[in-house]
Amino acid sequence: MTSSQPSAPSDAPALRLQHLLGIEGLSRPDIEALLDLSDRYVDLNRRADKKMSSLRGRTIINLFFEDSTRTRTSFELAGKRLGADVLNMSVGTSSVKKGETLIDTAVTLNAMHPDVLTIRHADSGAVHLLAQKVNCGVINAGDGSHEHPTQALLDALTIRRRKGEITGLTVAICGDVAHSRVARSNIHLLSIMGARVRIVAPPTLIPAGLERLGVEIHHDMRTGLADCDIVMMLRLQNERMQASYIPSIREYYKLFGLDHDKLSVAKPDALVMHPGPMNRGVEIDSDVADDIERSLIREQVEMGVAVRMACLEVLAQSQLEPWAKNQ
Amino acid sequence: MKRTIFKNARLLDPASGLDAQGAMLVDGARIADIGPNVFVDAVQDDVHVVDCRGLCLAPGIVDMRVSTGEPGNEHMETLATAAQAAVAGGVTTFTCLPNTNPIVDDVAVLEFVERLGRDVGLVNIHSYAAATKGLQGKIMTELGLLHEAGAAGFTDGGKAIAHAGVMRRLLSYARLFDTMIVQHPELPELVGSGVMNEGETATRLGLPGIPAVAEVMMVERDLRLLELTGGRLHFSCLSTGDAIEAVRKAKARGLRVTADTAPPYFALTESEVVGYRTFAKLSPPLRTEDDRSAVIAGIADGTIDAIVSAHTPGDRDQKRLPFGQADFGGVGLETLLSVSLELVHNGDVPMLTVLKALTDTPAELLKFPAGRLRKGHLADFILFDPDRAVRIDRDELRGKSRNTPFDERPVQGRVEKTYRAGNLVFDIETAPVPERRRFPDA
Repeated sequence: MTSSQPSAPSDAPALRLQHLLGIEGLSRPDIEALLDLSDRYVDLNRRADKKMSSLRGRTIINLFFEDSTRTRTSFELAGKRLGADVLNMSVGTSSVKKGETLIDTAVTLNAMHPDVLTIRHADSGAVHLLAQKVNCGVINAGDGSHEHPTQALLDALTIRRRKGEITGLTVAICGDVAHSRVARSNIHLLSIMGARVRIVAPPTLIPAGLERLGVEIHHDMRTGLADCDIVMMLRLQNERMQASYIPSIREYYKLFGLDHDKLSVAKPDALVMHPGPMNRGVEIDSDVADDIERSLIREQVEMGVAVRMACLEVLAQSQLEPWAKNQ
Repeated sequence: MKRTIFKNARLLDPASGLDAQGAMLVDGARIADIGPNVFVDAVQDDVHVVDCRGLCLAPGIVDMRVSTGEPGNEHMETLATAAQAAVAGGVTTFTCLPNTNPIVDDVAVLEFVERLGRDVGLVNIHSYAAATKGLQGKIMTELGLLHEAGAAGFTDGGKAIAHAGVMRRLLSYARLFDTMIVQHPELPELVGSGVMNEGETATRLGLPGIPAVAEVMMVERDLRLLELTGGRLHFSCLSTGDAIEAVRKAKARGLRVTADTAPPYFALTESEVVGYRTFAKLSPPLRTEDDRSAVIAGIADGTIDAIVSAHTPGDRDQKRLPFGQADFGGVGLETLLSVSLELVHNGDVPMLTVLKALTDTPAELLKFPAGRLRKGHLADFILFDPDRAVRIDRDELRGKSRNTPFDERPVQGRVEKTYRAGNLVFDIETAPVPERRRFPDA
């Protein structure tokens, strides 16, 4: 019976990670090892029988303090395909005392001996805090405006598979960088991997000191996108209008929304990415989003499952080490 | 009356500029004589002799910015536990902010808090009154009646008096009583949801920032209003170089403006926040290295008049939270002198200048008869060893809350004995070692 099942691509990953809290702090070999492993899971995910047994007997809890459909589903599928038992917990954030339950919830779950906790929280640093309170592996599934490491990894995998390598590419990240964890993780990862990163956004959506992270800052899509290989769009949240970051959706779309006209200044083979969910007609035009020649948006979702499988595998295997328990 | 002579001391009195080996004679509650030539060899039999063995003898510290939890939040700190922390830090007089529950915005509450302070007895406890009703920034409190009842000054505590019209009238009306308006300068509209200093570090951590200009603009605005009204304005906890420069220029123009800062702003920078350390979440936020240097320069040249603890006790549950949700503030009474002495040890500020900012100047600003070693004055003083190396350990703090941003910091300088009105109120040799309560990491 087991012989008919696909096996894990490697006996045990060489990379050891107690937690995956962010891209900042990872080395280039760490990232490459994760991408290499993910690459092999992509092929396995395309087979009819997708079930593997490398994490059989392991327990993974998805602890989401903030609503999410695609990320949670992606983590859930990843865990299940590796043969782990996966439990989803969505914790409401409406209660005033949400902070008090935060550590308590994690400590309670920790007592049930999960091997990996994947956590999403609306506050920057919340996942770091919880990682200090538990003795299992923790994956940051997005914390506030801080980091979303698996998103950056899946973006990198998508780019690498299409372009061969990341080094030397010019990537433009466009939109609400100030409030985006996706942007921060991607800036770190792309810089580590040797890409040239440009940020294109109105000045109100660029956080102070961003240039110190080694990026070029542009306020005009035409100069920002000129000759770039990859255009990454960020989601614009509606509440930004209320706080006067931008005057209106209409104006934002005209100045910063990606359409074929603005994309025309990029390289002829430039590709378009978006972490989803998209606001069509706000930050991206439907013609671009649905252009099968240019848009990688669906592929990103596919890569997401593979990347999360690799991360879960590495973390679960790392927990075996007794030294890791004492960290 | 009991008479005691403290001999073999390094006498430090910033008010008179005295820095000399000598002795001080205390008669009952008051200083009978002090100086290098006080006759110690042939003391009479009824005089008790204390050999200070070369320790520094200085006025008790006057801390003009302290929050306790009493009344209203006694689980964080009571006046009595704050007093224990105070004497351990060499503080013999402190002034409480009005942001208690109930708020100190009318005479009855002020008299109640003053009575609670007197009942504690260990130190002199005074209170500010709120500048506006309910700290709402809208309606002026009864400045005259509160002043008469003993309000040390008027402030909205950790909240800025944001409305320019209200601030103008406060400065103007307070002239009737020659009392101070104490401002926590931060433009609320620019603070927004910010939780730390704006800049690269905040951007990396994904935390909303508080720009330095939020402080600078409020200082500059208030200085304009002061110029218009006359009156006395005091800025608390200055943290930015540009705000200090604005105060420096205003003083040069002759405005009646004064300012204080607190140890975190000359000893720490925003890099303390890395790793989401909620103990480094302060208001105003920790700033950059350039700002830190400017704060030190401001103390050295007298632009910053006073050093305060900005003691803000915090419930542990309010610090064991994601950074954005955690409370602002840290305790500081016990570490005030030790951390301030770093300025002396680093060669940045002379000893008497640091002590003046801790004793004589705040007493003078608040018109308290304290902070001086002078014949006839109450004998509120401390003996400290300026060189004693210690490591700050939050588990050994004597206050009820232990949210210090200085945990594990090695410092030089320790208070050995604290006297209030001639009575020994703290002695490091005999004071009980605090029970080691574990304050979980956050």
